[in-house]
Amino acid sequence: MSYIPTTDADRAAMLRVIGVESVEELFGDVPEALRYPQVKLPRQVSEPEALRELREISEYNVDLDHTPCFLGAGAYRHFVPSVVGHVIGRSEFYTAYTPYQPEISQGTLQIIFEYQSMICALTGMDAANASHYDGATALAEAAVMAVGASRGKRRKVVMSAGVHPEYRAVVRTYTQGAEMAVAGDQDGVSEVSTLAEMVDADTACVVVQNPDFFGHLESPPALRALADAVHAAGALLVVSADPIALGLFAPPGNYGADIVCGEGQALGGGLSFGGPYLGYFACVSKYLHKMAGRIVGQTVDRHGDRGFVLTLSAREQHIRREKASSNICSNEALMALAAAVYMTALGKSGLRRVAELCYHKAHYAATQLSALPGYELLSERPFFKEVSLRCPRPVTEINEYLLDEWGIVGGYDLEQDYPHMANTMLVCVTEMNSKEEIDLLVEALSNVEEEA
Amino acid sequence: MKEPLIYEISSPGRIGVNLPECDVEEAPLPQDLLRQDLALPEVSEVDLIRHYTRLSQLNHGVDKGFYPLGSCTMKYNPKVNEDVARLPGFVHTHPYQAPGTVQGNLFLMYHLQEFLKEISGFSAVSLQPAAGAHGELAGVLMIRAYHESRGDHKRTRMLIPDSAHGTNPASTTMAGYETIKIVSDARGNVSLDDLHAHCDDTVAGLMLTNPNTLGLFEEYVLDIARMIHECGGLLYGDGANLNAIMGIVKPEHLGFDVMHFNLHKTFSTPHGGGGPGAGPVGASDRLAPFLPGPIAVIERVDDICEADEAWDEEGYCYRLRMPESSIGRLKAFYGNFGVCLKAYTYIRMLGATGLRQVSEHAVLNANYLLSRLKDVYPLPYDRACMHEFVLSGSLPGAPGVHTVDIAKRLMDFGFHPPTVYFPLIVPEALMIEPTETESKETLDAFADALIQISREAREDPELLTAAPHVTPVARLDEVGAARTPVLHCLRD
Repeated sequence: MSYIPTTDADRAAMLRVIGVESVEELFGDVPEALRYPQVKLPRQVSEPEALRELREISEYNVDLDHTPCFLGAGAYRHFVPSVVGHVIGRSEFYTAYTPYQPEISQGTLQIIFEYQSMICALTGMDAANASHYDGATALAEAAVMAVGASRGKRRKVVMSAGVHPEYRAVVRTYTQGAEMAVAGDQDGVSEVSTLAEMVDADTACVVVQNPDFFGHLESPPALRALADAVHAAGALLVVSADPIALGLFAPPGNYGADIVCGEGQALGGGLSFGGPYLGYFACVSKYLHKMAGRIVGQTVDRHGDRGFVLTLSAREQHIRREKASSNICSNEALMALAAAVYMTALGKSGLRRVAELCYHKAHYAATQLSALPGYELLSERPFFKEVSLRCPRPVTEINEYLLDEWGIVGGYDLEQDYPHMANTMLVCVTEMNSKEEIDLLVEALSNVEEEA
Repeated sequence: MKEPLIYEISSPGRIGVNLPECDVEEAPLPQDLLRQDLALPEVSEVDLIRHYTRLSQLNHGVDKGFYPLGSCTMKYNPKVNEDVARLPGFVHTHPYQAPGTVQGNLFLMYHLQEFLKEISGFSAVSLQPAAGAHGELAGVLMIRAYHESRGDHKRTRMLIPDSAHGTNPASTTMAGYETIKIVSDARGNVSLDDLHAHCDDTVAGLMLTNPNTLGLFEEYVLDIARMIHECGGLLYGDGANLNAIMGIVKPEHLGFDVMHFNLHKTFSTPHGGGGPGAGPVGASDRLAPFLPGPIAVIERVDDICEADEAWDEEGYCYRLRMPESSIGRLKAFYGNFGVCLKAYTYIRMLGATGLRQVSEHAVLNANYLLSRLKDVYPLPYDRACMHEFVLSGSLPGAPGVHTVDIAKRLMDFGFHPPTVYFPLIVPEALMIEPTETESKETLDAFADALIQISREAREDPELLTAAPHVTPVARLDEVGAARTPVLHCLRD
């Protein structure tokens, strides 16, 4: 079963019209000696067999819908309203291609326009694109864009150690052929004042994450001071931000960011083992023409009625080829649709409420956990939904104990990326964690010293 | 048929979701860190659903009708794949869970890697890249890392045929290489003379799409591979057109060193209105150590992965590892896993025989359509095509009609237009890819429409230049949109 509707009679009639005897004749240009190789794949299965096989494979996983989970670190369990799945499950959306023909793609185009509007509202920026692959690639494109904004004259990216370790790795992968330098993060620099001092005439941008990887919230005045220093030196400020946090806390546009990007998975996307996710991306209008990716604009049709089109495509690979701002083509349009539906369902008060719930529950958890003997918070600084907790034992040991004895998926082990942070767990608490779950975690961790 | 913007139906105080009460004592909020306002829409659930449902009805998708968009392989997307991708055991897994708790995911990644290796002939595959262009970037960076690892620093140029996708030169620039254009010959192949003239020790490699974007199999692909290898370069394969050759020939056998797969084209995962896709990359022995990672591997149980967490009774378990000399991570986590699930299911349901039938029928359908149309529309390269073909919209006797007009008029017949004005080497190009999932009746209806349109072009050209006539909006002012960009609807 190959989803092919062609009957034997159809095939014979088609071959007659083409004027060949067999389908094989059509492959005459393929070197004969290499034609029809042996391909060893498992025997094909029927639909019910496939469903059973895949369900059985899925059951080898520990499913977090049935397991209390305190793991975050860039992938978050938030409530996804039912409407999200029902809208993105409409095949008029998911079986369409990139909206190259606007007259029959107004659904996708108008939603991207609305999504761009919501991302601008959330970040305080002037323009947003239709998406990147994820938060990491969005950040890498931001760094490349900052170099482009200097017409390639500035080649240094100053990056905080508080940026997600995998995002920093992706920035390095993207820039390895481009003669760009990345500084700061590997020396452990994350203080905004120190980052500001590192800016020189070769610096294209400074990259910070807020809240940072450890969960800390930076204050708008400190970030404003950083932005002023960065701008005085002729560079750009790039901020990677959790969009749920932006429901409650000051938008980076308020403190002088030039580019704001981040991981949009929390906006209506599932965990899905790391993908597909959503890189959101926005900038101030000054750098609009340097931005990568698809952008939707409003226009009129020949009768003067409002409509939407892909626009400013003179930046893009299909027009500019080797001079394009990026090679990006397919992006994550369906995840952007999910984000738009999510932000619509929650609205201005709902997104703020979700952020408040995360904040309150994370603070409740932090208070309880840090009161346990042997545990303390890494710092006294304000935090949002994640908090770095010093533990009495290595985090890998504790997590094994939590899973085996209590059925809890514990937090992220910070030592794997930050060797000086031994025994430090990044605990994530969202609106999905009930008080009972938090109390269970506290009880479990209180037993670690004796039993783990 | 106008649908207001979501902001235009917003009313203060409405909300589209029911959120829980706070079950813990509330902590004081840090007032100096808070935002003052947030301009998101406020609508009820029923208004939300009606808004997005009405918008969906303004779209054309594969489920609504024929979508012969060349180079994009808009085949039917089996529904069972969607059900698989929604299985809770997959959806509710976190990328940082311990390997022993996600053996199902790792099993699936490992075996999809194995399937793609077997289909392509490559010795290793990484599922990291999130899209075709992302896979291209991986491949070019791998070629760069390979030369650098040998201390060969003089290779600064990437050769790219003039028929190539725009992503090829754009990826080349991102990887720090200079793009050198290679012209096509009169039969639509890469010109061996021009290639020969450019092959020297400054060449890092050649990016080749085969079948190429004219839908033609490169007649001298083995010579091309030999020439590029003899000058010390490597051969990159743009796998966008793999749908033509599954089970017919393995790219590695043709001499390709590295290639990306478009799971959202060949392996039936839906395009989502512009993503998510997935662009795994496969490599021959010498490039395999440079693959982006991590990739899934199978290992004997050791002290890290305990026996009770192993996949099978023999004590093997699946793990994620970085390849030895990896170019690094291309994105956070492990690729577009949800998309990989759908491709895995598709390959399991088709098997080797089914995949070969896919390619045979993709090529049969394209040649049938070509035969029905080539006497009506100019055909720049008159050869048997593979899974797609390129016609010209420059119709004799219709000087005022352009390809864009033909494309827009096709919408009035309920068809999505072909890819237009690409490849760049064919003036007024119409690039048509029917795919294997379309019936003879659909192909005939489409051919009939294009033949009727060619008549209209001569007899009533305004019918074309004013088209489309029955779509939700009429032809849109794209120039005006770019001249005065309106990119959001917020009040300043």
